[in-house]
Amino acid sequence: MKYAFFPGCVSRGGCPELYPAVIKVCQRLDIELDELLGASCTGAGVLQEKDQLLGDTLNARTFAMAEQKGLPILTICSTCQGVMSQANKRLKDDPAYLAKVNETLKEEGLQYKGTAVIKHLLWVLVEDVGVDALKAKFTRKLTDLKVAPFYGCYIVRPSWALEFEAHPGRANSLETLIEAVGAQVVDFEGKTRCCGFPILTINEKNSLAMVAKHTSEVQQLGADAMVTPCPLCHLNLDSYQPKASAQSGIRIHMPILHLPQLLGLALGFGPKEMGLERHIVSMRDVEEKVGGAVAARG
Amino acid sequence: MQVTLDVRRFNPEEANPKPYRQTYTVEAEDYFTVLDALIRVREYQDATLALRCSCRASICGSCAMRINGHARLACKTKLISVMDAQGSVRVEPAGNMPVVKDLIVDMKPFWDKVSAVDPWLQPEGPAPEREYLASNEAMLHLTGVMGCIMCGVCVSDCTVLEVDPNFLGPAALAKAYRFVGDPRDGAGKARLKKLNDYAGIWDCTRCYECVQVCPKGVAPMDRIMALRDKAITAGFTGTTGARHAEVFAGSVRHTGWLNEFWLLPKTIGMFNPLKLPALLGALPVALRAVRHNKLPHMFHKPIPGIQHVRRIFDKVEAPK
Repeated sequence: MKYAFFPGCVSRGGCPELYPAVIKVCQRLDIELDELLGASCTGAGVLQEKDQLLGDTLNARTFAMAEQKGLPILTICSTCQGVMSQANKRLKDDPAYLAKVNETLKEEGLQYKGTAVIKHLLWVLVEDVGVDALKAKFTRKLTDLKVAPFYGCYIVRPSWALEFEAHPGRANSLETLIEAVGAQVVDFEGKTRCCGFPILTINEKNSLAMVAKHTSEVQQLGADAMVTPCPLCHLNLDSYQPKASAQSGIRIHMPILHLPQLLGLALGFGPKEMGLERHIVSMRDVEEKVGGAVAARG
Repeated sequence: MQVTLDVRRFNPEEANPKPYRQTYTVEAEDYFTVLDALIRVREYQDATLALRCSCRASICGSCAMRINGHARLACKTKLISVMDAQGSVRVEPAGNMPVVKDLIVDMKPFWDKVSAVDPWLQPEGPAPEREYLASNEAMLHLTGVMGCIMCGVCVSDCTVLEVDPNFLGPAALAKAYRFVGDPRDGAGKARLKKLNDYAGIWDCTRCYECVQVCPKGVAPMDRIMALRDKAITAGFTGTTGARHAEVFAGSVRHTGWLNEFWLLPKTIGMFNPLKLPALLGALPVALRAVRHNKLPHMFHKPIPGIQHVRRIFDKVEAPK
């Protein structure tokens, strides 16, 4: 199983624990990653505010590079996934638009033919690897852990750009994986709502209110941790949780796991190998519940 | 087929009024909508169940409510498309608006915000002898937004309104776009100035809820993004939101990817003494990041082929 790997900006910036965790987990699962070293940022919806054509052209450039490799693209960020899926839909639905974009790409010797397949690691695990194959590789059952899913907007909406009709399992793929590692799902309506990250610099009060709302709700429901396939959600829910807790006046302590970290713990990796010590909210309670992991620490 | 409707009810006339759940079992045909089933309950089982509806054909926008946690028009939602394996459907009043009774909400906050964007044409210059004319081409981009039936579905599920009732919200902002984008309107700049303020276009989180739930394809969030572009183009570049977009684009143009180290301080403004409290407010978060060895690097290496990324920026962003 081989993919053109698109790590995105945040896995090497604000969440540097994510990139190495993905590499280790994919190696263990025999998922071969061929990194798209020349690919640019997707624009994250921000460039698209300024100019949609600009964002779509940059993404078409990345798609053309993956086409040259003859590989599907693997993303590890809900936002990258959503922005790329939307750009791909616009380009594939409108041949005249695609031709216009290709006119700009020509000077680099690139052409996007419209065949790119873009899949988040979450979907790759459920659809391509499969739950049974995953379970066969797990060495640790996370039975004592209660985990709340948190998707990130761009991996669930708009559902037509993300091909939910063709892949109905995507709507509850995170719950599928939580169950696969043996943990209990803590379901809540906020799981597909917004973490508040996009307005963090614009309206911090509202952004932090969203962090407090979701983290305190799952805390009340008895969750030990939340898991997210989106590093932007992770940044807000983890790094800004102390500030959100102070603003709301609610004592919140909710460890936030990146999706590959949850998988990594089930695959037998130690907390340090998964970079858990780099989280702002202490992961100690989670490590204790995972059991064997504590001994492997360090 | 038999369907169980799990309805959230509320009667303000009771002694200590509190929302409660009530289930109704209905014998339904497979072509029934959720509204058909609710009307059947009201007419044959429980005349006290309050709901609002009129056209039953997704034109009037009266029957907006939450079905299985998401806002929809009950008349446009087939029962079989939302029933779970046990044949059950959860029905609640629309969100972000006060409940009057059962499934009826008070839409005053909705209408107040639509009124706040001055939803009428404000042409400038002398009035023409006959009607104001506009070409088909110039009006085409407004056909989507003109399809809005003011049902409140987008407002019900707006994630910003959940935490801040002051936000103008998706319906009012889509309505604002309808006039800002109208070639016959002369108040565009004044409108954008107002929309650029707190609680306006920059407070949207871009979460796509309104795009997903809108029953008429209005895509309010896409209109809000278009308003942001129009505001920047009109010269309103001083907001944090506009600077954020500018700094973000600058970083991608420079190295091909985002430099998160500088994004926040540059967006807030590093040399403006008035912004000092905001910068200092970010300090504890930065210090915690340092302590956990996760502060983003100050300097980035450009990606291979960066000259092509810059060329794309120059070509696409060149004045059209």
